[in-house]
Amino acid sequence: MSAFARIGTASLSRRTFLISVVLAGGSLVIAPRLVGPAQAADATALTPFIRIPPAGKIELVIASVEMGQGVYMGLSTLLAEELEVRLNQIVAVAAPADPARYAHPMLGDQITGGSVTIRGFWEPMRQAGATARSMLIAAAADEWGVAPATCRAEAGEVIHTASGRRLAYGALVDKAATLPVPQGVALKPASEFQLIGKPARRIDTPAKVNGSAKFGLDARPAEAKFAAIAICPTFGGTLQSVDEAPALKVKGVRKVVRLSDAVAVVADHTGAARKGLAALDIAWNRGANGDLTIGELERSADAALDGTARVAFDQGDVDAAEARHPRGIEAIYRLPILPHTTMEPMNCTVHVRPDGCDVWVGTQVAGRARQAAADLTGLPVEKVVIHNQFLGGGFGRRLDHDVVIMAVRVAQQVDGPVQVVWSREEDVRHDSYRYLNRSRIDIRLGPDGMPVSWRHRVVGPAIMARFLPVLFKDGIDLDIVDAAESPYDVASKRVEFVRHEAPDGMLTGNWRGVGPTRNAPAVEGGIDEAAHLAGIDPVEYRRRLLGNNPRMKAVLDLAADHAGWGRDPGAERGRGVALLSAFGSFAAMVAQVHVRPDGTLKVERIVAAVDCGLVVNPDVLRQQVESGIVYGLSAALYGRLTIEQGAIVEGNFDDQPVLRMNECPLIDVHVMASAEAPGGIGELGTPGVAPALMNAIFAATGKRLRSLPLATTDLRGS
Amino acid sequence: MAYSLNVNGKNYSVDVDADTPLLWALRDVIGLTGTKFGCGVAQCGACTVHLDGQAVRSCVTTVESAGTAAIMTIEAVGSTQVGNRVQQAWLEQEVVQCGYCQSGQIMSATALLNENPSPSDDDIDAVMSGNICRCGTYPRIRAAIRQIAAGPGFHRRRLR
Repeated sequence: MSAFARIGTASLSRRTFLISVVLAGGSLVIAPRLVGPAQAADATALTPFIRIPPAGKIELVIASVEMGQGVYMGLSTLLAEELEVRLNQIVAVAAPADPARYAHPMLGDQITGGSVTIRGFWEPMRQAGATARSMLIAAAADEWGVAPATCRAEAGEVIHTASGRRLAYGALVDKAATLPVPQGVALKPASEFQLIGKPARRIDTPAKVNGSAKFGLDARPAEAKFAAIAICPTFGGTLQSVDEAPALKVKGVRKVVRLSDAVAVVADHTGAARKGLAALDIAWNRGANGDLTIGELERSADAALDGTARVAFDQGDVDAAEARHPRGIEAIYRLPILPHTTMEPMNCTVHVRPDGCDVWVGTQVAGRARQAAADLTGLPVEKVVIHNQFLGGGFGRRLDHDVVIMAVRVAQQVDGPVQVVWSREEDVRHDSYRYLNRSRIDIRLGPDGMPVSWRHRVVGPAIMARFLPVLFKDGIDLDIVDAAESPYDVASKRVEFVRHEAPDGMLTGNWRGVGPTRNAPAVEGGIDEAAHLAGIDPVEYRRRLLGNNPRMKAVLDLAADHAGWGRDPGAERGRGVALLSAFGSFAAMVAQVHVRPDGTLKVERIVAAVDCGLVVNPDVLRQQVESGIVYGLSAALYGRLTIEQGAIVEGNFDDQPVLRMNECPLIDVHVMASAEAPGGIGELGTPGVAPALMNAIFAATGKRLRSLPLATTDLRGS
Repeated sequence: MAYSLNVNGKNYSVDVDADTPLLWALRDVIGLTGTKFGCGVAQCGACTVHLDGQAVRSCVTTVESAGTAAIMTIEAVGSTQVGNRVQQAWLEQEVVQCGYCQSGQIMSATALLNENPSPSDDDIDAVMSGNICRCGTYPRIRAAIRQIAAGPGFHRRRLR
């Protein structure tokens, strides 16, 4: 179970679930209300998710943001299933920034991340739909003077079955809102689902193929100006001086804004702003990190392997087992610094006025963004409006709102709205980085070659200490160590955590796959090394260790079957396998690579099998697994940032490449049918990619890789 | 000086420097925001538009060099037969995720299919590898282009 899932289970069990109804603007608003002990007195803490206007489309308010993962589709499906409306009768709208109403039930804040959206909203959204439906039926029955039980709801209407009379929801809104709110309306059993689990086209995509979808960068408030920004290239450095004259000479440039750590050029259009910025000769105080190099950081991370560790997971007696069983493998796995490179570079549009502040942005943390704008401007938080836009990719980058803070600071010096646009280079050089990771894995084998002891020491930052402190316990970041213990049956297991932070001023954050992506290379590389030492086939070895984990074993078998495991992959080729149990789901992945004698690596095929419980939309699930795999491939092959003289060296797709069409392998995704509770899918595909590739390269070449990215390793035959 | 640009069949006057990238004239001056900014250096293809039918990267195409060419953007490509088929195939194959790169993908694919109605996989690679997608929609983009190349009898890949 993933760290995010653990917290979720705990917090849900402490809460009671209520339903409330209000009339707002002539629409019936129905909302599930989560009331915890601390909130019970606050009867106004509504979370409205359904608006039924007298005529026209029903609005479903989506508390999570759409960043490609299909959440508009997913949450709409849950609401519509119980509300008894068709997907062409609804329109999904973004929830405003309002954590009191739209906090994720498991995370306790208005956050979209951690692959928990469906898990957290699976019940509340269906309950909201069911309650609304029940009230609409009661209203119609009252209108007709019949018993509610003789009526049914279908496609946005209530129908009296015997007489065939029907009334549209819109005509029942006023009366329904006056009725008592029923408690505990029964939810449909899975066998009666009309929408959940059925193929249906995504509702957010038509606008994305004709240019009409609005991302953050497409916000166009009237009279908006455009700003290009240069942030101090060294982490923690400051602005020394800048002569603004060269920028002001550029046609269309209106102003140069100086901040303590950045310079922005404001103009009539982004082209002029970028030209004006390029004309400036900015002097920076490079600060305490001014001489930093990647080599220093790498050595420091290596040294932390011998630092003070805290025990994050302990089972059996690892010390005793190691003393008895000297035979085994010990290896160190090293992961680089990674950027997110969302397709849409960081940007934010802000209008600061004496009496209020509007912010147009695509963010995974709307509530935090609103609070930050309020703090900076001194305005009451209710005077700050976040206009949440589609996100041109999130991947964890937009879980941090540093870009909002920067844009508000610029906007405070500009009359009227200003759109602050980061160049791709600024986006790469001022990311919330996936910071360096080190893993030392020590697996001891019994006389039969099977593991008797598993020790995994993880070196990494404690992101949760600042991001979600409830996941930072006793000095341990529960996310960073997530899945480090492996899904395997080993009598004695210990996971140790050594906290190792980036230099001050360098923002580190969440990256797709979060903790499991950090741990999968060592876990799945380590078990592969153990299998090799034992002389047992890697799939068979894993199978023997999954006696207590039937869902994991089933997806392993499914992936191995479809990948043709055991059959000759052909000359110069090899297959590698990796498993993942995280986010409440299970994934098995088999990669096939072709390594030519000259060292050229081609990833030919990736077969994935997943069990994520009950599926809300089968094609969105496939999309997400494919997406996670491609994201993982880019990182495994190329992802690595370096630092010289205190600044990130790489800046764009030429020196920080990502996977392109011509390199994309065949990807087969196989889904295990399941009636279990839904698991996460948005990050499920990413963690296993790197270890599956590393293991495939070993199978093809005999070279055991333990560092990423793969492109930095010479694979030429010796 | 002001430049006259012919965009999607209409003339616009844009008063910007000659070296202003067409991208910003389209997005910030004319207000057609469907064309996206991704890298600024012709590495990612998000800003792809057609200039007299040829796919170009508008982030490195200056307003001056666009001259009197007919510029077509994502907002109008659906009015062409091939562009419309590409958009429909994109929806049928459920290509789109975050969607940010898809304006550029669709413009590149439309130019490819205009030039070569039945591209091979190598042809697809040669053209489409200039367009980056961070959501990883490449397999579905390929499937959508193949679907169009195969003609109207081709059905959507079966949902497994």
